[in-house]
Amino acid sequence: MAGIRDQLPLLLGVVPFGLIFGALAVGAGIPPLAAQGLSFFVFAGSAQFLAVGLIAANAPALVVVLTILIVNLRHMLYSASVAPYFSRLPLRWRGAIAWLLTDEAFAVASVRLQQADTALAHWYTLGTGLTLWAAWQASSAVGILLGARVPESWSLEFALPLTFLALLMPTLKDQPAVAAAAVGGLVAVALGGLPYRLGLICAILAGVTVGLAWEMRRASNSDRDREAA
Amino acid sequence: MSTLALWAIILGGMLVTYATRLSFLVLVPHDRLPLPARRALRFVPPAVLAAIILPELTRPAGTLDLTIGNVRLIAGLLAALVAWRFKNTWLTIAAGMIALWALSALR
Repeated sequence: MAGIRDQLPLLLGVVPFGLIFGALAVGAGIPPLAAQGLSFFVFAGSAQFLAVGLIAANAPALVVVLTILIVNLRHMLYSASVAPYFSRLPLRWRGAIAWLLTDEAFAVASVRLQQADTALAHWYTLGTGLTLWAAWQASSAVGILLGARVPESWSLEFALPLTFLALLMPTLKDQPAVAAAAVGGLVAVALGGLPYRLGLICAILAGVTVGLAWEMRRASNSDRDREAA
Repeated sequence: MSTLALWAIILGGMLVTYATRLSFLVLVPHDRLPLPARRALRFVPPAVLAAIILPELTRPAGTLDLTIGNVRLIAGLLAALVAWRFKNTWLTIAAGMIALWALSALR
């Protein structure tokens, strides 16, 4: 129950995204059932938005799935950080927790896990995850119903890059992150003419590589400064 | 896109997503994630988002268009300013959409 309660404030952020997702998906020409299928089976907000953008651009299925994989690699971090608390649970419990391990569920559960008393932590994590899942299904469905009624002349699909802009800004916390975004964006524009949207995958790899290299160089520079002082 | 390709994406997307979440909970021991991999993951969101946004704004019709007549570019720049200043998703969408409608109507 506590898991459900602690997830409620986050629903304020999740429900609007579910609505936008549903509306954009049908706006991009995805049939309602498949749009709901993405929410039901994939259950990963940002990856679903990216998939809609790529499907609208007629990218091949393999490129879409590959992009979903790259974007969701961060879940491996979540998996690694909650694993120590659940390592003695039976397989079906760990399988269920993994299914519900989204950004928001992790955010809430990881705080709770650090506050000791981990005896009931799996029930807490299950509660918070299921709350989120149910809210995501319901808000996607409402978005799909509403989105199907919006006329095409409204250019609703433009809300997708705008949503991404709003998500991008908070990630630009330091120079390496800005470098990753700048390189990713410029490479994507330069390679925009490549078939199958392959430019996107190249751009992501280039951006991440430059960001990482920038951070390593900064770290080694500050080491040298310390030695000199 | 065909219905078959769509459901292939849904099934494939489900499998790869679940695999990332299962990874250290079920598939491999949790102390095996190397440090450079942890550091690199932080750069995935900015790289991906910028790589999606920038072509949408600069190549709306498939070819590079950096002129003032590209209404999506102008509306996008305006929305970027709003996103940076107010850090609010709804406000960003509203500003960008209103700018797009207004600029398209003026043209």
